[in-house]
Amino acid sequence: MEDSTSLKQEKENHELKEVEGPWEKKTAASPQDPDPQSSEPLEAEQVPETGPQPSKSPPWSPRSRTSMVLGDLTVPGALPPHSPPQQPSSTPPLTLGEQDLGTPLQSDRTTSIIPNAGTPLSDPLEQPSDKRESTFHRTRQLEENTFPQSQQSKSDLYGPKDPSYDTSKQKELRFDIFQEEDSNSNCDLLQLEPGASEVAPSVLEIAIQNAKAYLLRTSSKSGLNLYDHLSNVLTKILDERPENAVDIIENISQDVKMAHFSKKLDTLQNENELLPMYEIAEMQKTLFLQGNLEGADQELEDEIAESSLPNVMESAFYFEQAGVGLGTDETYRIFLALKQLTETHPIQRCRFWGKILGIERNYIVAEVEFREGEDEEEVEEEEVAEERDNEAIEADEEEEDELPKPFYKPPPTIPKEENRTGANKYVYFVCNEPGRPWVKLPSVMPAQIVIARKIKKFFTGRLDAPILSYPPFPGNESNYLRAQIARISAGTQVSPLGFFQFGEEEGEEEEEVEGGRESFEENPDFEGIQVMDLVESLSNWVHHVQHILPQRFRICLLGQHGCPQISSHSMLLQSSDPTSGLEHMPFPMAKSLRIST
Amino acid sequence: MDAESLLLSLELASGSGQGLSPDRRASLLTSLLLVKRDYRYDRVLFWGRILGIVADYYIAQGLSEDQLAPRKTLYSLNCTDWSLLPPATEETMAQTAMVKGRFMGDPSHEYEHTEIQKVNEGEKIFEEEVVVQVKEETRLVSIIDQIDQAVAIIPRGALFKTPFGPSNVNRTFEGLSLSEAKKLSSYFHFREAIDLKNKTLLEKADLDPSLDFMDSLEHDIPKGSWSIQMERGNALVVLRSLLWPGLTFYHAPRTKNYGYIYVGTGEKNLDLPFML
Repeated sequence: MEDSTSLKQEKENHELKEVEGPWEKKTAASPQDPDPQSSEPLEAEQVPETGPQPSKSPPWSPRSRTSMVLGDLTVPGALPPHSPPQQPSSTPPLTLGEQDLGTPLQSDRTTSIIPNAGTPLSDPLEQPSDKRESTFHRTRQLEENTFPQSQQSKSDLYGPKDPSYDTSKQKELRFDIFQEEDSNSNCDLLQLEPGASEVAPSVLEIAIQNAKAYLLRTSSKSGLNLYDHLSNVLTKILDERPENAVDIIENISQDVKMAHFSKKLDTLQNENELLPMYEIAEMQKTLFLQGNLEGADQELEDEIAESSLPNVMESAFYFEQAGVGLGTDETYRIFLALKQLTETHPIQRCRFWGKILGIERNYIVAEVEFREGEDEEEVEEEEVAEERDNEAIEADEEEEDELPKPFYKPPPTIPKEENRTGANKYVYFVCNEPGRPWVKLPSVMPAQIVIARKIKKFFTGRLDAPILSYPPFPGNESNYLRAQIARISAGTQVSPLGFFQFGEEEGEEEEEVEGGRESFEENPDFEGIQVMDLVESLSNWVHHVQHILPQRFRICLLGQHGCPQISSHSMLLQSSDPTSGLEHMPFPMAKSLRIST
Repeated sequence: MDAESLLLSLELASGSGQGLSPDRRASLLTSLLLVKRDYRYDRVLFWGRILGIVADYYIAQGLSEDQLAPRKTLYSLNCTDWSLLPPATEETMAQTAMVKGRFMGDPSHEYEHTEIQKVNEGEKIFEEEVVVQVKEETRLVSIIDQIDQAVAIIPRGALFKTPFGPSNVNRTFEGLSLSEAKKLSSYFHFREAIDLKNKTLLEKADLDPSLDFMDSLEHDIPKGSWSIQMERGNALVVLRSLLWPGLTFYHAPRTKNYGYIYVGTGEKNLDLPFML
């Protein structure tokens, strides 16, 4: 006992201060923490007195050892100001050496350890009771010395753990808890000699444990338990030593309850986790609300809406019959997002182009045609950029006069097509999810299409992501996305023969074949083709968007040597390749809504 | 996906863009129920749909009590009549390894390819060109098996292993928490463990033998072959395989809903490392 007493005294001095710390931390975490020792900071003095107690039998120890938990380590906010020495030790998450608290094989008993500068202590009394399994771990390795030293009365529970009012009915389990080089100097080496009496738990002990278990039962309403509350109250009284304590005991109890800062660890995490979900929900809610806000302009809107907004739900219904679709509510949200797009931008016509899947996020693409004269902002910027480039080149050339000039001249860059023509006929907007702001994609350059044909890359979902590839792609993900959209649109937009016709009267068809017909409109005389005809052969389907030529980037009609003798009012674009529309998708991650036979 | 929660599952997995038309859905509901009764399966999964040029194959799988036992695969062209497929063997895998391209949609279609085989005749060894014909059914079998082995996944905790050997559905599985749902390590391959034995003792110590008895997705090669996304805010986590494009796995965290479906052309994405 001598060594134990000396150690104990050491501990006392050490831990009187820290005792309050962990205690408070414990109260904060008490709903989580089945730790009865939180009550006893001041009872540390009594610790040595609780010496002669019968100790538990060794079979209990392994279990308790395996279930050592640190009560308050994960309560960051509850660190009391006066326990700085404990902080370093207590804040880092601790893991048990080899025991996994999560294993269902474990018994339910957990012993809690007061994180007294990392001095773990196990409460023997908790073992038999049904405690919740705590999931806190300790980083320090706990080693247990040999148990079976049959000294009974060697209850050296060090640290302020010892529940004071359990003195009368305590059982102790003694452990040797050995901590390895904790850099924190305040770490105490807790040595508990294992008391291993071979006495089986007697009836009295069982009753004690049951009583304690009952006291530790948490209330479903407030998350407190009686044990902790009583220990808090007693501690407070002993701290403050008020006059006539017995008369004001109820008030003190109430105060303690009010001061009890029940920090539920889960709440913090939950709030963080659920936030994105609420964010999205709110953003989408605004989508729903916007439509109802404008009352006066409704008539105007209706007229415009008819021509500009597509009937997404109707098309989705038809696509669903074919087995292609995004689900009803998602489609409706896309419809609302498109509506928002048409309201914020001067758009003449808008169409839901499709959805492209990416690794981190997806893209929802809308194909848009601006009203006349609205889309000229970008042109000026690019001209300025070109001028700068020219100046830079001239400067370089002057300096290099002395060096031999290379004969190689890079092929002239193919000029970009004008807006509203060719591949830039439509403007595309993308967003990551319906409800998020729409971003306009830049116009596509011929060089980009040429290189896009040679590479195959996944989309990440971020428009500014770089595309690392060989041959190097001139641009970032937004340019690549635009190039792919252009290729898809040019290659896969089909319609039944005769559905579209050219708008203008054409004098001589031959002259205009090379110029490329660019404007078409619906044929009002179109009567529809029988379904069987459409299904059986592909000659009834035509591309109504021009193909992209390999080098020129100028679009050319397919199959010009087909049948040109059709009258000017009907479609002149030739029939498509037999495998068009059903071809192997060139890019696995680009899934657009397409018509299939 | 479980045939019992088919409609909900299809709705949740619809983010990938491919689904089923209403008439197929309705016929699936009834026909899968009949399949379960006739073949006496414990659970019937609607595996997915393989797109062919002329027609599509609808695939279902039946499971017995032991969830990890080899599953029986059935296919149908119209979601009403189901035919059992033979189990995949090494030979079929070897044969179909040479076949490339889309599925036709006709189970009796034969793919031909010529192989150069060395034929021994006495002392002479000469090479002969042999035309090998592979039926589309065989190819179907092996593709389904490959996809299952490679990318069929299940969240951690959905199955548990009993000491006697068989693994059962865990009825106390309440779903992954949000933080767990975003990690690849909480999902396992739905097949017998291959990699598990190669783990070090230290890693194994952290595992729970009743829950962690399958390979996790963390160590899949190549890294990055899975794309994890949260849809609808955080209400749904969707994993898509980039190696077999078309496989979608969905799970609503904190609920019991999970499942995977394959809707695709049945071709492995061999360009994956270049595309990442």
